[in-house]
Amino acid sequence: MLGIVRQKTLEQSLKKIRPAVSVLRSYSSAAKQMTVREALNSALDEEMSADSKVFLIGEEVGEYQGAYKITKGLLDKYGPERVLDTPITEAGFTGIAVGAAYYGLKPVVEFMTFNFSMQAIDHIINSAAKSNYMSAGQISVPIVFRGPNGAAAGVGAQHSQCYAAWYATCPGLKVLTPYNSEDARGLLKAAIRDPDPVVFLENELLYGESFPISNEVLDSSFCLPIGKAKIERKGKHVTIAAYSKMVGYSLKAAEILEKDGIDAEVINLRSIRPLDRSAINDSVRKTNRLVTVEEAFPQHGVGAEICACVVEESFVYLDAPVERIAGADVPMPYAANLERMAVPQVEDIVRAAKRACYRSVQ
Amino acid sequence: MEAALTKKDCIITSYRDHCTFVARGGTLLEVFAELNGRQAGCSRGKGGSMHFYKKDSNFYGGHGIVGAQVPLGCGLAFAQKYCKDEAVTFALYGDGAANQGQLFENLNISALWDLPAILVCENNHYGMGTAEWRAAKSPAYYKRGDYAPGLKVDEMDALAVKQACTFSKEHALKNGPIILEMDTYRYHGHSMSDPGSTYRTRDEITGVRQDIEKEVRKELDNAVAQAKENPVPESSQLFTDVYAKGLGVEL
Repeated sequence: MLGIVRQKTLEQSLKKIRPAVSVLRSYSSAAKQMTVREALNSALDEEMSADSKVFLIGEEVGEYQGAYKITKGLLDKYGPERVLDTPITEAGFTGIAVGAAYYGLKPVVEFMTFNFSMQAIDHIINSAAKSNYMSAGQISVPIVFRGPNGAAAGVGAQHSQCYAAWYATCPGLKVLTPYNSEDARGLLKAAIRDPDPVVFLENELLYGESFPISNEVLDSSFCLPIGKAKIERKGKHVTIAAYSKMVGYSLKAAEILEKDGIDAEVINLRSIRPLDRSAINDSVRKTNRLVTVEEAFPQHGVGAEICACVVEESFVYLDAPVERIAGADVPMPYAANLERMAVPQVEDIVRAAKRACYRSVQ
Repeated sequence: MEAALTKKDCIITSYRDHCTFVARGGTLLEVFAELNGRQAGCSRGKGGSMHFYKKDSNFYGGHGIVGAQVPLGCGLAFAQKYCKDEAVTFALYGDGAANQGQLFENLNISALWDLPAILVCENNHYGMGTAEWRAAKSPAYYKRGDYAPGLKVDEMDALAVKQACTFSKEHALKNGPIILEMDTYRYHGHSMSDPGSTYRTRDEITGVRQDIEKEVRKELDNAVAQAKENPVPESSQLFTDVYAKGLGVEL
C-alpha cells in the first residue's frame, strides 16, 4: 500500500516536472545556433569516430587546423595517420586518395579551394567517377572531395570560379551544395557514408554564418538524402531555385517581393547531381513561373540545365519564359565595385522575379 | 637579380609578385592602386594583388595557382630560343611549389630541348603553414635537377644573388636549364589571413629581420595616399578585355 502511495506521489511529481522539461527542451532547440564551420567540423568528427576507414587528406588540414579551420582539432583527436598534411601537389595527393578508395578506405580530400581541384581533375573524373562503370561494379570509389567553391571576396579571377556545372556534367559523380548548417551536417555525413565519389561544394563566405539547428540535426546519426531538394519557403506566384549562398539571397529577395504582393517559393537545391527534377517541376507546375539563381558563369550552367528539364517536363505549365540569373560572363574582376557587379545581388533576383510575373520593374 | 639581367630577359613568378613588379620598372602608385582595386593600378584594378604584369619589361606576372608559373616560364624560354633572342627566362617559385609535378615535367623538357630557363626556388622554408621538412623528402631544392645543375645562394646577400644570376644567364644560354635555390626568410604570414605565428616563434622572425625599412617608408606612404585618391574602375570595364579581338560581351 505504501508502494502505491509512493508511486502516486512520484507520478504526481513527475507530472509537475515533465511539462517544465518539455518547455525547456523546445525553447533550447529553437535557440540553438551553429555555424556552418562547426557543422562541418562536427560531421567530420562524428564520421571519423564511427568508421576507422575514414581519413582526411589535404593541405594544412592537420597542424594548421585547416586553412579555414574546418578540420580544427581533428589531428589532435585522431592522430597523423588519419589526418594527413600534404605538400602543395593536388594531382599527386588526389591520385593517392583515389587509389586508397579503390582499396576500400574512405578518404575525405580537402581542396583549399575548388580552383585548385583543376590540377587534380583527371583523377576526379577519370580515376574516380568512371571506375565503377568501367569495372562493371567491382571497383567503387567511396571518396569525398570537399572545399570552398565559387566567389569569395577580393581574391581575383583564378580563385573565384564555381565548379558546380563542370562536375555535375559527369556521370558517376554526385555533386552536393549545402547552404545552411543543417545542410552542411546532413549532406557531409551522407557524402562520407556514400559508396560513390561525391564532390562537396562549400562556400567560404558561409563558413562563419550561424543558423538555428534542431536536436534532431545534432544527433550523430543525422543524415540528409542525396538527390533531394528542400523547399525553404513555400509560395505560390513564382519559383526561385538556387544553391549555396544564393539560397540566402533568394530568401531575402522573397521577403522584398512579399511586400509587393508576390509570394515566392524558394527551393534550396542541395544536390546538383542528381538534380531533384521532380521537386523543381512540382513547384513550377504550382507557380507557373521560374527564376534560377547561381553565382557561376551563365553558359552551360546549372540554370541552363534546370530550364531545359522544366521545358522538357512542364512546358504547358509555364506562363512566362524562365529567368536565368547568373554571374557575369567574365573572369572575376578584383576591384570591389566590379566584383559586386559580377555576381548576382538580391536586387537582381527581385527584378527577375518581377519580370517573370510580368510586373513593371523599377 | 635585376643588376644581372636586362629587360630583354623575362621574369615570371607566383602570387608574391609586388616587389618583382617594382624591380621590373613598375611604380609604387601602380602597386598600391592595384591592391586597392583602382584605375591607376597596373592591371587597372581587374587583376588584383596576385596578378601584376608588365609586358613591356618582360614581366609576365603574377600567378595564383601554385607551380603554374614554372611551365609558363619554360614556355617563355622556348619562345626566346625560337626567336633567337639571346635572352633568358627566370621562373621564380617557392619551396612549397617545388614539389609540384609540372615542375619536373618542364625541367625534363627544358633539358631535352636546351631551353634558356633558370628555375629559381625562393626557399623561405615555409609553404603557407607547412615547414619544408614536412613537405619535402629532400629539401635540397637545388639538387632536384638530377640531370640539370643547381646552385645554392644566400638570398639575403644581394651581391651573391647578382653573381649567381650572371653565371646562370651565361650557363642557360649555352647549356640549357639550371636551378638556383635562394635561401631566404618570410617575415610575415603567408597572406592577410595568416598571422604567421602559429607555426613558428616570434623570436625566430625578429632574429632575421633587418632595418632597411625606415628610409623607404615615406615614399611608400605617399604612394598609398595617392592610390587611395584614385577612382575605382568604370562599370563598363567589367566587360572589356575578355578577348583580345571581337566577341565582346553585350550588356
